[in-house]
Amino acid sequence: MMDAIPAGRHFVDPAPFEPEAGPEGGAGNASAWRLIARKFLRHRLAVASAVILLLLYAIVPFVELLAPYGQARRNGDFLYAPPQGVHLVHEGGFVGPFVYPYRAHLDLDTFRRDYKVDTAAPQPLRFLCRGDGYDWLGLVHTDLHLVCPPENGTLFLLGTDKLGRDLFSRLIYGARISLTIGLVGVAISFTLGLFFGGIAGYFGGIVDAGVQRLIEVVRSLPELPLWLALSAALPPSWSPLLIFFGITVILGLLDWPGLARAVRGKLLALREEDFVQAAELMGASPARVIGRHLIPNFMSHLIASATLSIPTMILGETALSFLGLGLRPPVTSWGVLLNEAQNLAAVQLYPWLLVPVLPVLVTVLAFNFMGDGLRDAADPYH
Amino acid sequence: MIAAILRRIVTMAATLLVISALVFIIIKLPPGDYLTNQILELRATGDASSVAKAQLLVTQYGLDRPIWQQYLMWIGVMPGAGGFSGLLQGDWGWSFEYDKPVADVVGDALWLTLLINLTAVVFVHLVAIPAAIYSATHRNTFGDAVVTLLGYVGLAVPGFLLALILLFYANRWFGLSIGGLYDSALTNRPWTWDKIRSLLGHLIVPTLVIGLGGTAAMIRRMRANLLDELAKPYTVTARAKGLPPLKALLKYPFRMSLNPFVADIGNLLPHLVSGSVLVSLVLSLPTVGPLLLDALRSQDQFMAGFILMFVAALTLVGMLISDLTLVWLDPRIRMGLR
Repeated sequence: MMDAIPAGRHFVDPAPFEPEAGPEGGAGNASAWRLIARKFLRHRLAVASAVILLLLYAIVPFVELLAPYGQARRNGDFLYAPPQGVHLVHEGGFVGPFVYPYRAHLDLDTFRRDYKVDTAAPQPLRFLCRGDGYDWLGLVHTDLHLVCPPENGTLFLLGTDKLGRDLFSRLIYGARISLTIGLVGVAISFTLGLFFGGIAGYFGGIVDAGVQRLIEVVRSLPELPLWLALSAALPPSWSPLLIFFGITVILGLLDWPGLARAVRGKLLALREEDFVQAAELMGASPARVIGRHLIPNFMSHLIASATLSIPTMILGETALSFLGLGLRPPVTSWGVLLNEAQNLAAVQLYPWLLVPVLPVLVTVLAFNFMGDGLRDAADPYH
Repeated sequence: MIAAILRRIVTMAATLLVISALVFIIIKLPPGDYLTNQILELRATGDASSVAKAQLLVTQYGLDRPIWQQYLMWIGVMPGAGGFSGLLQGDWGWSFEYDKPVADVVGDALWLTLLINLTAVVFVHLVAIPAAIYSATHRNTFGDAVVTLLGYVGLAVPGFLLALILLFYANRWFGLSIGGLYDSALTNRPWTWDKIRSLLGHLIVPTLVIGLGGTAAMIRRMRANLLDELAKPYTVTARAKGLPPLKALLKYPFRMSLNPFVADIGNLLPHLVSGSVLVSLVLSLPTVGPLLLDALRSQDQFMAGFILMFVAALTLVGMLISDLTLVWLDPRIRMGLR
């Protein structure tokens, strides 16, 4: 056909006309997700937060490898030992990473243990070494650790608690629980929010009114007293692992109304669009219309709001465990660790017991910044 | 306007009813109850008069009846052994642990809870509004960054820990006495000026801790609202016509940005009440917080139930007040245009 047009009169581009195509594949023909990614990457703080979170979550499968001690290992001679510094240079000479050993003795006046640093004998750390044994992911039995205390020495990077357990190791073990609980809790509240918001927005009328009232009731309840009541209701006979799941469900149960509201609002607006009518006319079931045609339209918003509610869960778990109604030992979370720092004596005498608040702070902030970035990026056409 | 208020109050009553059912289910969730355990224990020791007394309580509060009847008796729409006597009639039940009516146990704690929450709300507004205005008018300056940073820290630090640390340093640096709501020497004295001053001194740390999280959220939201308003043409016009800067800020854009702010009190209140419970536990303030935790631990069901109802009602009434403020503030809502 093209060849049939007499040459020389007009120039006609033989390629089919595509109004969307910009020069060099610009914004015009990139997919929505690609645009979101592009916009997100420009938000530097959010990207940095995402990287921090990735690193934190990368710890989760390898806690046993990274922790110098096993989580139940007690060092009876070193109760409430202060943090031990890692040094590189001894008497002007480079030795590589080492620690100075502690000499412990009991002060009979105050009944406190004093720890003197013995700077005469540096003890080099060992790397990729044998330590306390563990079952990695329940599959492989091994005793490999990334870093171990020196031979006949100790390595308490963040000090020890009242039973002489290494706080740094427990912090790493706690990361696994504290970081997972947020994700699982959000998964639960996400499901509930999608379901309730979905039916309210799609069906409208009585269903909508009912869900709206339910949302109002749940939202007007102060979270903490309710969390307390629900976790007090968990049977004491449950194993610590079951309690962990119970607490996660409790945290998720009260968090969905915000998400449900967002879903409902979006659905109410989108329901009137032509493509919904088209899908309905072709016989799509409500579940398919909601799940296949409506929700993908605002999935990015949902992910952003879900990200923003993870910190609430992490803080909630911390608060519950702090009050002794949350997770129970031997399950170790950051909240459980903080529970031991509950009294003024800890603040005054053993301030290193407060260190678990730092990872909580970093995680919560990172989720907040990343969530903000995602929310800004969620609507790439704006 | 009156119709709107009435409608709002009716909705609130309905919500309270649903909440009461929820609360009742929750306090009934743990297997066993205080009284049954106690009766078993008393039987074992063979103390006949105490057993009889416990049995009396069982019949009085209908603990031997089906659970839905217990609920109806608890809220006071079904007659129990002693006629109608439930929440609606002002009978808040019996605390098995203290062996006293719940009303006698909670007593002062209710007022102090109310006081602490009220102070926190006032604190949040006193701090958040000026901070947000400063932040929005000095956008992207050093001060703005500091306010934003403080806001984020307030969002991320667990309140209980902040309470603990502030408590310690407030005492060490400023000699603010710690724990409780007033000096222990004044506990059973009448309310004199000294006692009030002591109370105010003790309120500083709790208010700061409870308010900080909410303040952070409020500052962020208000700053965003105000920035939106400041970018609108009417503000530009007002300034171009030579309206004094302060008036051009406060008279229109500020008032507009207050709207979503007031509407948001509904979100703020549950958090504040939650926070006050947590902080009271750490600072051992004589509010309902520690009582609730005790009651939950010992399965003192009426006590736990009443306190849960109280905090829920407190939140709802606060929300009602915020809604009414909104009606007063925004003519569009007043006329039912929204």
